[in-house]
Amino acid sequence: MTTVAIPAVRGRSEVLKAAFVAFTLGTTLVFLTGFSHIDNVHNAAHDTRHAMSFPCH
Amino acid sequence: MIHRVLTVGLLAGLLAGLLVATLQYFITTPLILAGEVYEAQEMATPPAAGHDMASMHDWKPADGIQRTAFTSIATIATSAGFALILLAGMLISGDAITVKTAFGWSVAAFVATGLAPSLGLAPELPGSAAGPLLARQIWWLGTAISTGLALWLFLRSTTVIPKLVAVALLAAPHLIGAPQPIAFESKAPAELAAHFVAASLTIQAALWILSGLAAGALWMRFNKLAPV
Repeated sequence: MTTVAIPAVRGRSEVLKAAFVAFTLGTTLVFLTGFSHIDNVHNAAHDTRHAMSFPCH
Repeated sequence: MIHRVLTVGLLAGLLAGLLVATLQYFITTPLILAGEVYEAQEMATPPAAGHDMASMHDWKPADGIQRTAFTSIATIATSAGFALILLAGMLISGDAITVKTAFGWSVAAFVATGLAPSLGLAPELPGSAAGPLLARQIWWLGTAISTGLALWLFLRSTTVIPKLVAVALLAAPHLIGAPQPIAFESKAPAELAAHFVAASLTIQAALWILSGLAAGALWMRFNKLAPV
């Protein structure tokens, strides 16, 4: 019984780990381009922030 | 698994981001440039409280190729972010990642981060009056999370209570209300601003949907070659 269950559990934890990494990197990218308060980053991404209807200056 | 998710997310971001950057060049950037002409006129008069103009005096990309390049890079990065968030959502929910599922997720994501926040904070043409930036960002983020959770609960629950919770989550940010400007100060014509609202929501929808479709298609393609 356990020999069947363990790979399934391991598979699910592998999926959740990948999802966590993807979510963290994904939100970091969106925050960097769309929400950063660093002036140079804001200015570089300015037109994209407006075009995506993110709140801007 | 991690390697596959990152490869698909970043590649999908590159493909969809390049396509949407091209759309922006023709659709939203000309409107932003036109808006900045009116914004420059407003800067001749003192700004209203809460209007942050500090960023206008620092480095910014020069108009032309440099500005287009930075905008395109920002859109590609945002697209990769969108694709990775969609992949994470489908993996956590245990959905099979296909073009069809990814399409559904991307439409729902647009409702959460595009339609719902725009009801309180209309997309702004440069020079539009607005409340303090941090307060608007917090409201925007709260609305996106609350609406996203509401859609997930409403579409996946089979009983009444979670559906009622979903409706409450959907309404809560709008009952609280978004931070609004003290006074209207834009000198841009209303027609230009109205066109920009429609254009920017369309661009955000295009970015979510194309990022999702690319991620779904690439995931299926890679899975056919080497299943994970």
